[in-house]
Amino acid sequence: MRVLLMRTCLADMVAPSVARAARTALERAGVEVVVPRGQTCCGQPGWSSGHPDQARPVARRALRAFRGGDPVVVPSGSCAAMVRHGYPELFAGRPEEAEAREMAERTVELSQYLARDGLRPRPAGSGSVTYHDSCHMLRILGERESPRSVIAGVDGMELREMQQTEVCCGFGGTFSVSFPEVSGRLGDEKARNAAAAGADELVACDLSCLLHIAGRARRTGIPLRVRHLAEVLAE
Amino acid sequence: MSEPPKAGARPVAYPDAVEPLRERTREALADGELAGNLATAAATWGAGRARIGHEHPFAQMRERTREIRRGNIGRLPELLERLEAQVTEAGGVVARVADSDAACRYVTDLAAARGASLVAKSKSMATEEIKLNEAVEEAGLRVVETDLGEWILQLAGQHPSHIIAPAVHLNKSQVRDLFMAESGDDLPGDREALVAHARRRLREVFASADIGISGVNLAVADTGTLCVVENEGNGRLVTALPRVHVAVMGMERVVADWEEAAHVLQILPMAAIGDDAATYVNLITGPRAPGEADGPEELHLVILDGGRAALRGTEFEEALDCIRCGACLYACPMWRSVGGQAYGSPYSGPIGAVLTPLLEGMRGERSSELPFLSSLCGACHEACPAGIPLHDLLVRLRARVSTPGTRRDRILFRLWSRAWRHPVLYGATRWGARLGLRLVGRGGWARRLPGPGAAWTDQRDLPTRWPPR
Repeated sequence: MRVLLMRTCLADMVAPSVARAARTALERAGVEVVVPRGQTCCGQPGWSSGHPDQARPVARRALRAFRGGDPVVVPSGSCAAMVRHGYPELFAGRPEEAEAREMAERTVELSQYLARDGLRPRPAGSGSVTYHDSCHMLRILGERESPRSVIAGVDGMELREMQQTEVCCGFGGTFSVSFPEVSGRLGDEKARNAAAAGADELVACDLSCLLHIAGRARRTGIPLRVRHLAEVLAE
Repeated sequence: MSEPPKAGARPVAYPDAVEPLRERTREALADGELAGNLATAAATWGAGRARIGHEHPFAQMRERTREIRRGNIGRLPELLERLEAQVTEAGGVVARVADSDAACRYVTDLAAARGASLVAKSKSMATEEIKLNEAVEEAGLRVVETDLGEWILQLAGQHPSHIIAPAVHLNKSQVRDLFMAESGDDLPGDREALVAHARRRLREVFASADIGISGVNLAVADTGTLCVVENEGNGRLVTALPRVHVAVMGMERVVADWEEAAHVLQILPMAAIGDDAATYVNLITGPRAPGEADGPEELHLVILDGGRAALRGTEFEEALDCIRCGACLYACPMWRSVGGQAYGSPYSGPIGAVLTPLLEGMRGERSSELPFLSSLCGACHEACPAGIPLHDLLVRLRARVSTPGTRRDRILFRLWSRAWRHPVLYGATRWGARLGLRLVGRGGWARRLPGPGAAWTDQRDLPTRWPPR
């Protein structure tokens, strides 16, 4: 089994440990991991902010970097959704359309990949986590079960569901800086719900949500530890 | 008989906002009473929807609605032809109008020709869209909203904050204050007493109105029947008591036949209020026929284009599938946080952020801002009984609206695109970012970032080490 790992730009910029953890988790599950060198960003920031013409060359770079028939595994529900759902539209009617659709077909989020093939990285986990359903993971990929089943596969780890786990945390890409007050208010609600779950930490499949929730929790004095699900699996 | 109630402060219909949308969202967030009112309303809706989801095959019904509405919009010209023929056959008059001005003129001309002085209205978003109340008042007539929520707003000089629950942003005690100010009566604070007061005041209107104006939830092409769904009975009175009934509908609100109508009429209250049925479903086919005991002498159906026909065949066509249930508003975390008033448009929430630029044009101030008031979380799409991909439409609109205020963003995205299409330049930004984080971090956190990062730290700290501790 061989996969191409998309590190994601956000992990590259602020949390390289997330991409490393994704690699470790996959390797421990017996998967051969290739991290294509030419990769940059999937292009979502430009696409969802209304700049498709700027996003396309960046996405084209991803098409080139992830060529080949191997699955593309992404430790982000949002980036995976961009490739799966956004690329066919971004490249519609263009020469790369077929290639974009082909890449979309074989792109999966990390926990989806692990759960689908029943792979177990066998991490040394303990304690409890609560899980935040990130929006694109939940509503574009339609993925609710995989992260939960992966968490359930960690011996000795308990999942404590929070209230309103399916409600947006308020990050929303550039929304977080266009309407920071609304974004912040939603972040407060998410952080409060996460803290009230009584788990040791909050995990999610999207670093972007976690950056926002953790940053908002710290600003408003809500005690909350956060980690990407990949980091739990790489323990 | 006492004098019918008057409107309070004369509202100016959706003026171009003096403040940017972000300012308006801040003010809404600062209003604690508003937050409570919105939370209560959204929770009630959520509970209803959850129950509906358990008791009905909502997902399948949603698929069917989508199929129906896609078909309706695809065959729109043909369905409208048939509708017009059937309404005329039943004795009604059909006016197809291109825009708001033409729609309002039709109504005011008709009122003048009939020597009308008092107009009673039941809830209608189309008339809100064309600013009919303002036009009718300008023509020297008195117009009274008879839907409880709409009447409350008329007294308050406000516009609807929700498609089906227009005054949902106000609570009981705020309503009591408005009623007392209007009537001069001292009223008890309980819900029943307030409703009884409104009923008493509004009955006077039904009895004396010359013209009744309603919206149309759905028009059935096969039989020329107009469906008006409501919960208070005011719609029945408005459409039946006055001598003249004028129904105003957006041109997309047509279905082919009764099989389709039955389905949409069933899913509408499920989606809208989380209930199996609305209290009143008025089915109106023509005016009073010879030998019939009640109904108006004249029925006029105003079919409004207002920018709709131009959407057919475009990437925004699915916006026409909307059945105006308001579910996407309740489902939207942004609408739930700031309410509908902050949007400054007749249509608020996700569908409002989509419809406003589509109907008003991409260049207006509202148009350039509203599509960005969304985290693209997709809860609107999930809640939509017609399965409209509202989040996709928002993304497409962001690329189309003119955003003169955000030249800086355009430059930043151009730079971003130039740099991140090349692995080497990307690598440089990556090292730059990590170096930057090391420089601004204090104990693993940054509290204030310079430049474009300032908007991030406006509301949150930034972890400079991961995982943050």
